[in-house]
Amino acid sequence: MKNPRLQRMLVTSASSLLAVFVALCICAVILLITGKDPIEAYRTLFGAAGETKVLQGALNRATPLMISAAAVAIGFKMNLFNIGVEGQMRVALLATAVAGAAVDLPAPLHILFCLVVAMASGAIWAGIAGWLKVKRGVNEVISTIMLNFVALSLVAWAFDSFFRAESTTGSLLVKTKELPTSAWFPDIVERRLNGMFFVAILVLVLFYVLVWKTKFGFQLRASGANAGASRVTGVNPKRMVMISMLLSGALAGLVGMRALLGDVHAYQNNLAEQQGFNGIAVALLGRNHPLGIFISALLFGYLGEASGRLQLIDIPKEITTIMTGIIVLAVVIINEAVKRWDDRRIQHKAALALESAAVPA
Amino acid sequence: MKFFKSLTTGQRTIALSLGFMLVLSIVRLFTNADDITSSGTISSTLRVATPILLAGLAGVWAERVGIVNIGIEGMMIIGTWFGAYGAWKWGSWAGIALAIFAGSLVGLLHALATVRFNVNHVVSGIAINILAAGSTEYLSIIFFKGQKGGGESQSPAGKGGYGEFDMPFLSGGRIGSWRSPDILGWLEKKHDLPLLPDLAGVLRGLVSDIYVPTIVAIALVPITAYILWRTRFGLRVRSSGESPQAGESLGVSINRLRYQAMAISGGLAAFGGAYLSTVFTSTYRQGQTGGQGYIGLATTIFGNWNPFGVFRGAILFGFPSALKFRDEKNVPSLLLVIAVILIALGVVSLMKNKQILTMGLFIGSAISAATYFLVDDVPQEFVAATPYIVTILVLAGAQQQLRPPAYAGIPYRAGENH
Repeated sequence: MKNPRLQRMLVTSASSLLAVFVALCICAVILLITGKDPIEAYRTLFGAAGETKVLQGALNRATPLMISAAAVAIGFKMNLFNIGVEGQMRVALLATAVAGAAVDLPAPLHILFCLVVAMASGAIWAGIAGWLKVKRGVNEVISTIMLNFVALSLVAWAFDSFFRAESTTGSLLVKTKELPTSAWFPDIVERRLNGMFFVAILVLVLFYVLVWKTKFGFQLRASGANAGASRVTGVNPKRMVMISMLLSGALAGLVGMRALLGDVHAYQNNLAEQQGFNGIAVALLGRNHPLGIFISALLFGYLGEASGRLQLIDIPKEITTIMTGIIVLAVVIINEAVKRWDDRRIQHKAALALESAAVPA
Repeated sequence: MKFFKSLTTGQRTIALSLGFMLVLSIVRLFTNADDITSSGTISSTLRVATPILLAGLAGVWAERVGIVNIGIEGMMIIGTWFGAYGAWKWGSWAGIALAIFAGSLVGLLHALATVRFNVNHVVSGIAINILAAGSTEYLSIIFFKGQKGGGESQSPAGKGGYGEFDMPFLSGGRIGSWRSPDILGWLEKKHDLPLLPDLAGVLRGLVSDIYVPTIVAIALVPITAYILWRTRFGLRVRSSGESPQAGESLGVSINRLRYQAMAISGGLAAFGGAYLSTVFTSTYRQGQTGGQGYIGLATTIFGNWNPFGVFRGAILFGFPSALKFRDEKNVPSLLLVIAVILIALGVVSLMKNKQILTMGLFIGSAISAATYFLVDDVPQEFVAATPYIVTILVLAGAQQQLRPPAYAGIPYRAGENH
């Protein structure tokens, strides 16, 4: 236990685990109060963990969560709070659905083209918030919230007025023109697990390399931790804000691609809804670290997949949403407490070291 | 310009409102869009604006005490549910009371997280929004599903009855069983005259067909202003948002203040939610708030963290929706109103020698006017997006005029940060 980095990692994972545990306890109390049996509920909820189908579904649901969490986390690293992932995702979804259906390319190129369009359009939408922050000093929390709603309206209007296609299957759901099959992202397991899962993993790996193994990442973290100090070393904080906002938006653009390229193959209302927002919870629980994000995304993906089982024993599946909210609150509260405890511990250690150094003199 | 500056704030407000009325009147005569100043539109504007106003006041209370409240939306959601539950069980006012109580508890939770545990205000607000959405959905299934008229995402209808209010003599209200003459209503129908019917319509809209909770909400505007700027408690609340260390050094318990103000903030937001589920409609429906908590947050900013400014913002943001609600054909005429206002602003900025701004305003005016002649209908989505776009523009263009509480959102622990 001499290695301070390992120590810190253990402390952070322990506090995240504790947060989940606390949330489970509080939810058990809520279940009890509302006349449900918590033990039966949790046995049903977690009993499904052994089933391959459920696990595949959980991985599939974790895919967009991993990407949106990475989008949020890259902002956090720079002390930026991008709440606009949902809106950036929505803009990218429509743009990609329209652009992807308009071109004709061979399979791998077509998919690549779609991903690039998604990233570019997400980045442009996030870039508005970045520009407002850098040039006009507008707080990104407020501007991204507002831009979310603007995106929602804008996309709904554009979809309704220009891009809705006549249904060929007689389905009542209104969609855009379907993407040609060359743009379909192949499944790993038919209808259960889409190949975008690997893209999500790749995103996390690249996120790790970029943030912890490159000069840019170092500057990003330094600028986020102390903008003044890093400016002195020649890092332009405004440039860093703009770049991280664009990167975050580019990732946000990818969030909806599992649903678009891997599942529905056309844009429709409510497609991939909430997946941008849910990334915030995943990033917070995962402590903005790729490994943490991976595990948290799996947890939330699993909860989403298995929650349906609860309805079979007459328990509203919405208890998992409550659980998510409590986890978010618990994880930040515990982190804060642990940080303060850790600060005191270090102070105490330093004081002891000073004392023992002072005695011989 | 000099003359205008010599006026008091009150006189200026009156002058500006009269000018605005004149613009509306001219546009009305020109376009025959009689509804833009009809009493019906004004009273439905008040109805639409009430929840936004309450959410905006919730934002003022929170930010003035130094806590950023992204959770207004969640607190409103809690308000819609508990309001509907109370109205269903005991009656409408009980619903509002229950909602305010539940909302203040949520406000206290936000205070607990941000004050006691020093959690990032935005994160705590997001958590509250998730919790509120999840718990109301959960509770609906347990309490409303299977009830008569209720379901998984809808409550049974509440026992209605707030009573609407008409002012005697001005808008034909009753005194006892005698119906007084409707003087403003008579004036309003003289559509060929300029200005007079418009003024009558707006005044009549303000005093007819008003729900009593709307009157309460409007009364809360001066009450909030009075408490925050004229009482000791209010001074302390503002000190907590501007410079908590200074307050603390004078022996003020910042933490207690923050709990109190957040309870008020949560209660106000939940009142706004309860209004939606018990007054505006008579049932709770999932997703009923539809982002109005965020519009409230926008009015807090647009209103410069001032209750009267929030009122202006709520009316401004509510007006297009109310107009749309009554008769779609009237909405495009707003484009002409915008065009005229932009020209007026352009002239003012020309007098201040700001050429670039003037150009921008004139171009904007031309675009707005051109759009009026080109389109027959303004899509619902644009009406819905207006508050957000306006807020972004205000933030981007008028930062110098905005004065947010200096310490809002900054981590603070009693006894530290000195």
